[in-house]
Formats: sequence, structure tokens, C-alpha cells
Amino acid sequence: MSPKLQIRVTVNGQEHDGLVEPRRLLSDFLREDLGLTGTHVGCEHGVCGACTVLLDGQSVRSCLLFAVQANGHTVMTVEGLAASDGSLHPIQAAFWQEHGLQCGFCTPGFLMTTYELLQANRSPSDEDIRAAISANLCRCTGYQNIVRSVRAAAEQMSTAAVAPVANARQ
Amino acid sequence: MAVEERTWVGKSVSRREDPSILAGRGTYIDDVKLPGLLHAAVLRSPHAHARIRSIDTTAAQRVPGVVAVMTGPEALEYVTAMPAFCAETVVQHAIATDRVRFVGEAVAAVAATSRYAAEDACQQIKVNYEPLSPVSDPHAAMQSGAPKLHDTLDSNVVFERTLRFGDVDGAFSQAQHNVKRSLRWHRMGAQPIETAGIVASWDPFSESMTVWSNTNMYNYIPWVFANLLKVPTNRLKMIPCLVGGSFGSKHLITKCFAIAGALTKATGRPVKFIEDRLDNLAANDNVGPDRFYDAELALSDDGTFLGLRLHIVDDYGAYFQFAHGQHGNALSQPTGPYRIGALEYGIRCVLTNKVQQGFFRGAGSDPGNFALERLVDAAAEELHIDPAELRRKNFIRPDEFPYKTPTGNVYDSGNYTRVLDRAIAEGRIEHWRNEQQRLRKEGRYIGIGLASCQERSTYSATEWWFWYDKPPFPLTTTPESVKLSIDAFGGFLLTLGCPFWGNSPSTVAAQVVAEEFGVDPNTIAIDYADSQSGALSAGPGGSRLTVMISGAARGASRKVKDKLFRVAAHLLEASASDLELVDGSVRVQGAPTRSMSIADVALKAHLFKLDIPADEESGLSATFTYDHPYTTKPSDDRTDMGAFYPIVSHACHVPVVEVDPETGLVSVLEYLAVNDCGTVMNPKLLEGQVVGGIAQGIGAALLEEYVYDENGQLATSTFMDYLLPTAYDVPPAVRVIHEETPSPFTEFGVKGGGEGGRMVAPIALASAVEDALRPFGVRIDELPMTPQRIVSWIDESKAR
Repeated sequence: MSPKLQIRVTVNGQEHDGLVEPRRLLSDFLREDLGLTGTHVGCEHGVCGACTVLLDGQSVRSCLLFAVQANGHTVMTVEGLAASDGSLHPIQAAFWQEHGLQCGFCTPGFLMTTYELLQANRSPSDEDIRAAISANLCRCTGYQNIVRSVRAAAEQMSTAAVAPVANARQ
Repeated sequence: MAVEERTWVGKSVSRREDPSILAGRGTYIDDVKLPGLLHAAVLRSPHAHARIRSIDTTAAQRVPGVVAVMTGPEALEYVTAMPAFCAETVVQHAIATDRVRFVGEAVAAVAATSRYAAEDACQQIKVNYEPLSPVSDPHAAMQSGAPKLHDTLDSNVVFERTLRFGDVDGAFSQAQHNVKRSLRWHRMGAQPIETAGIVASWDPFSESMTVWSNTNMYNYIPWVFANLLKVPTNRLKMIPCLVGGSFGSKHLITKCFAIAGALTKATGRPVKFIEDRLDNLAANDNVGPDRFYDAELALSDDGTFLGLRLHIVDDYGAYFQFAHGQHGNALSQPTGPYRIGALEYGIRCVLTNKVQQGFFRGAGSDPGNFALERLVDAAAEELHIDPAELRRKNFIRPDEFPYKTPTGNVYDSGNYTRVLDRAIAEGRIEHWRNEQQRLRKEGRYIGIGLASCQERSTYSATEWWFWYDKPPFPLTTTPESVKLSIDAFGGFLLTLGCPFWGNSPSTVAAQVVAEEFGVDPNTIAIDYADSQSGALSAGPGGSRLTVMISGAARGASRKVKDKLFRVAAHLLEASASDLELVDGSVRVQGAPTRSMSIADVALKAHLFKLDIPADEESGLSATFTYDHPYTTKPSDDRTDMGAFYPIVSHACHVPVVEVDPETGLVSVLEYLAVNDCGTVMNPKLLEGQVVGGIAQGIGAALLEEYVYDENGQLATSTFMDYLLPTAYDVPPAVRVIHEETPSPFTEFGVKGGGEGGRMVAPIALASAVEDALRPFGVRIDELPMTPQRIVSWIDESKAR
């Protein structure tokens, strides 16, 4: 077993120290070492997208990254979206309203992908939405309500004056 | 009959389950943590068929973090062989003992302080295999001299039987036409995004086992798991988690159970085993039917259907744990929505070196729909009758329900012509026919499909065993239970006996209770019982849950309401029959000032025994077990299988596709589904099920297939090869229209609709692709229609 390495990762606005094997996946570091179990693991080969998180604002497959690669970087997970008082982020509220989830297992990946899309493009077309989510698999919904959810989130976020999501959770 | 005015039932109430799940707080099995938890990994066979000569685990045991390494024979100290539904002796172990029979079969398991260490250890295990000849083609497996998978059987044909219903010979002899097709439905699997998982914790001091898992049936047949783990049936506690999808694959996760169970007993520490995706694809029992149909439809000159013959070879894989499983189901609706009086149905269940079949959404009635509708389309073509007209002519009429089909199963109600007509009216067919003409001139090929299919719902357990004359365990109970409590301060708590699979039992059950009591469903708290606190509940599957949980919630509500009224009557000095519930209060009809809130009555019921009737127990709760509303036994001679799936929904799908004849790629341009699931409890949720099912149906039609080569090597072992539909594969606008022909047998008249999308879409898409390729004379008789197949079918047609 290789010697462990010290890392420091900022997750949802909070710094975390870790001592990890070089081969430890970012998904396992988040879920097990930090207890952030909202990020789910569906395939461990980068196809399903359930493990999607944002690394320095960019969507990545946490199952295809090592925790050591996040050393000195910021990560945002689904736990960084809602406020701790129970109020949902507009993206989450839109998924709820539009029935954009059934079993919920793929959902955190879709939420983070949507967050990235809407940061870059506040009024995406349906084409833009489909392109953005095309690499996330959902086995339950058939995607239609996910597209509706993203559309509703975009509408909500462009009409409301939404402050950048505060990252000080956890 | 007037439709009741309803406040909550029938409304698209938002889901209870969602906010926590959206916040990332839902507890799925891999989120369960315990002190001292060990993690398991499994070593799997690279051979499709081999003897295990020896296994050397010494190096594996020395890997840092490893606590136990277990082989098959060692596991048998702690667990039994796999429980089986079949009558034949087909022995399966969670970890193979002396022989492996499919690529991916477990040969050893490791428990370690981390999954990483456990996998490291697996790599150090040395297995000495003696390869045996594999057989992966069921027709080859049926030949004498083929490698025989089980010494306990005479051959690889583990079961064969032909059933005859009605006057088959008469129908075929008097028929003026006989349409024949040979059809192929390939092996596909559920592939939920979450795999199966177990956390098992054995306490040797109390000799009790606690298990968290994403399995079903822990409130139905928990003793199956207890027996497997060699634990007394009353000392196993099974705790449900949220389930990340199942589609039939997580009914009875016995292999994972046994692995985690054996390791926790061996180590005395809790053990977590979560399948990774490779485990799940290769070895989970999520596989659907794998069939070859020889199908014949007898009909008269004017298009009247007279008889149906289906002879099927079904490749069950290496084991037969669930017996005929997906063939019991298939007898629910083989004659479809049509008035066909005679049926011959023969099956040959063949074993090959592949992972065994389990259950996958549709559960065997999906290929049945395919076979029948292909015959109907072929008949329309051969007799030059319009396909819609041919269907209308043969549909069972509304006044013929309840309709007893030749197999004995009953269809409760339906109006198939209305559904078909609605689909045709809304399907923009004229527009697309014009487009089809126009685009053909440009060398582009559009097709419009049509399928009218049954979506049976609410299974009875008799379908698991009635193919046998002497079934080992002919159970007839298929129940669902809920407990409803009103606490001392009027708080409602509903406890479900089923797990959450992604359909929405909490939401629907709360709607029912809300309707019964006139309260807001969001004020009702929901909990999921474990196996020691829950009442008999078969859980989701077979499109039963909405029907059964509605019945259970209504029954529990009525019991509680009766007690509420008895207590209130006593307190208000009135007679219970004079009371009514209005706006959260119990009051005397005609004297509204004589009232008490539900909360006030509840407080008395809980804590003021001397104020309530002497013969009432304190408290205000009830458990209700809703049994299957209409189950009858099969006849002894099996000429009548009884009513076992009598709550029958129906749908007509009209997809529009474009096929590129050069590449074989199919694009689904538009999709219309007209769905009749009886009374709709929550339109938005039902639509979600239908659209999700249609997406899986697109997968079945175009993408999904387990491919094993001639040596039994699994070519589709990752998501790179087993292709699941993405957002690009589902058309932008799937329209779902609900029709409602209520069931006479269920509460609210509801019927199940969970599987329908997947049971109809592949069939409708086959019809659409055939329509697109009509200029090439291609007939679709195989699914999935992969690009390679489409191109070769076109080439073959051109060569003819």
C-alpha cells in the first residue's frame, strides 16, 4: 500500500483536510471521508454521471478523479445547493415542481450539471439543455421532466434576483 | 355512475419524497454506516463453464486490512444454498463451490476494512480452474451431447410443457388464413443506476441478524432470507433504505444477501457488500426473457382472429432460481386485447452458460406483446386490411367485461376502441403520412408505428407456480399493508410495509388518507416499516403498488375513522351514524356546534381511558392488510389458470421514426401514448412512469442487449457496451394522454401503470421501423433493431 498523502480540499465553501492513498477516488473521499453521501456512485467508469460534482466550477466525474487531484481546489456537491434551514435552491425546487426525479439516485449528478449550465447560460434553449444533460443517465424518468425542470429553473433564476449560491454549508 | 368529487385523489400532488432526496439527504444502502463496518468485494469467474479444482487464499489473507476470505464451501457453514422457486433440483450457491456456470459467477468473497483492500485481496486469490466446454446458444444446449450444466438434470431443458386452452385444433382447421412468424426477443436487463447492496450485522450474543438493504419482500417472505442465513425467522430484522431504481431486479437479492451474511457471521462484524457496476451487469438477476418464438395466428377471410399458437424457446441462463418466472406472467395476456378463443402456448426453458433470468419490467408479457402485435400487423398486410381496422374488429367490446381470456385470467374492464381512436385522432398521422411521401422522394425514410397492447397489473403470486402440477410452495397471498395512527395531538402517521423504489407510495398513500379524512396530505407523516414492525406487504412490482397501497390506505383509514367516530359519538353523546367529518372536525350532522376536532378526540382516545367507551382500547390506530382483490386458483388440470392478473390497463402507442438505411440509425421523432390505467390517482406521477417506461422501451427497441459470444464470454460488461438510452434517444416531446376506464375490482377503480411504457413502446417502434422500411420490403421480427441488424435486413431484402 502506497504511503498516504495529505490533501486539503475546499468543499461547499469549507476546507477539509484528508490523508488519502493516491488511488483513493474523489467520490469515495467525498462520500466516506467527508460524509457527503449526496454524491452517488453508479458505474465507476464515467458513463452514468451520477457522481458529477463541480471542480473549480466545472463538472467532473468524481469516480474518474483521485482525491489527490482535488488538493488545493474547490469542489461543490449537491449538499452545497440548499440552505441548511431547508429552503431548496431554485434548481432543486424546479425539479420538485416538475417531477424531475423518481428514485433520485441520478439526481445529484443532474443537479450539478444543471447548475453548471445555468451559470454559463441563463436562458438555455431546449437544445442547449439536452446537450448539457446528454451525458447523464437516468433510468427512471425518460428525461422529459428533467428538461422541463431545467427550463423551469432557468426561468425562475432569470426572473428572480438570485444571489450567487452561498457556499458556506457543512 | 357518477364520479365522486375528490379533493386529493386524482390531483397531481407534488411528491413527499423529493425535498430530502434533492438535498442529497436520502439514505440509500451505500450511505449506511456502522461502527466497525467491513467492506466486501467478490472475485468472479472469468470462465463461462469450469470446475474449480482449488482455491489458494493465503496471499489474499495477508493483504493489510483483510479480515476474512471466504470460498463457496466455507460460506456453507453460515448460509444455505440459494432458495429456489423451482421444483427441479437446480442447485445454486451465492459463492460457487465446485463449478462455475457463467462468466461473473462469484468464486470467493473478501471482507476488509476498505473496499480497496478487499479488491486488492481478490486479486491475490489464486483459483485453479479446469475449463469445461461452455454452451451459450440455447438451441445447441438442447442437443444431446451438449455440455450439461447440472448433473442433477437429465439435460439442459430444465422444463418444457405445452398448455392448450379452448379448441385450438378446431380454430386452426376452420381458419381460412394462417399467419406465421419466427420472432426473436434478445436478453436485456434492468440496469438501475443504483446497484444491489446489503449491510449485514450479526450479533452472536443475541443470535440475531440485522440487515439493511435495497431488497423488496422483507414484509412478505422474510423467512426466505432468514432460512438462507440460517437464522431463526423471528431473529432477522430487515431494514429498508431508499432504492435507486429496481425495475424488477431488486425483488429478492439473495446472492448479495448470502455473501454479506456469511461474512458477518464469520467475522462477527457488520459487513457491507455493494455490487459495483461490473458485478451488477454480470451477476445480478436483473435479466429479462431471451426468447425465440414460433408464432401463428389463425383467422378467417374477413379478418376475425380465431386461434393463436405460440411455441417458445427461452434461454434462462445457468440457473432456474425463479422457475418460469417470466412465463407465468406471460400467461396473463397472450391473446392481448383481442377476442381470440383458442390458445396453444408451449415453452422450453433451456439452461446455458449465462447469468440467470430474474425479472425485468414487463416480466415476460413484453415479448408476448411483441409476438402478438407482429402477427396482427402481418395479418393486416397479408389480408390487405387496415391495421387499425383489423384491431377494432377483433377488440373485446366494452360490454364483454369482465372478460375471461382463454388462459383463465380475467380482464376487469376496458374500452380499447376508444383508446385506439384517440391515438389515431391525436397522432398527427395524416401529417406524418404526407411527410413520409415527401421525404421518400428525397431518399429519407419516415415510419409511423401503431401498437395496441395490454398492460396487466397487480399480480397474484399464483403465477409463480402454476406451470407445475405439483408446485413446491403454492402460495396464494399477495397482500399489502399499511398502519395509520393518529397521535394524542392529532398528528397523522402512515407507516408503509413496502420500500421506496422510485415510484411514489408515500405520495399516493397520503393522498388517499387525505381524501378519507379531509386533511391536507402534507400534514401526514410517512414512515417505512422494517420486517419486524411491518405487516404483510409484497411491495412494488408487477405494476401493483398504486392499486394495493390505495386499497390498504383506504382500509386503514376506514378502521381508524370508525374508531374515531365511536369515541367521538360517546364524547358528543350522539350516535356514530349521525356524525360526519368536516374540515378536520367530527360533528353531528345538522348540529354543527356539537363538534370536536380530530385532535381533541385523539387526545381522549390516547390518554383519557375513563372518558371513552369501556370496551375501547386506548389509542387511535389501525393496521390494514389489503389482500389481492381478485385471485382464484388454477384448475388442477391447468386448463384454467384462474384469475391472477385481472386488473388490466391498456395502451395504444403511435411513434414516428426516421431510419437511415445507410447507417441503420433510428431517430425517434415524435411519440404519442394513449394510456388507460383506470382511475388516475396522480396524473403527473403516472405520466412520469409512462415516459420512463417508454425510454426503457426505446432501449429495448434499439439499444439494449446482453451479448455473449460462443464461449459464453460477456461482451456487454460495462455501460460502454450495454447501452442505456440518453436524453438524445428520447424524443423531445413524448405526449401521454390518459383515458380512464375504472376497474370494478379495486378501490377508486385504479389500475396499475408502472410497466406499461416498456411493455408497449418496443412493439410500437418495431411497427414504426417496419413502416419506414416498407419500400425495402423489410419485416421486423427481432429486437433490438441495432444499426447492424437494420443494415443487414435491408441488404438481405435487396438480395431477394
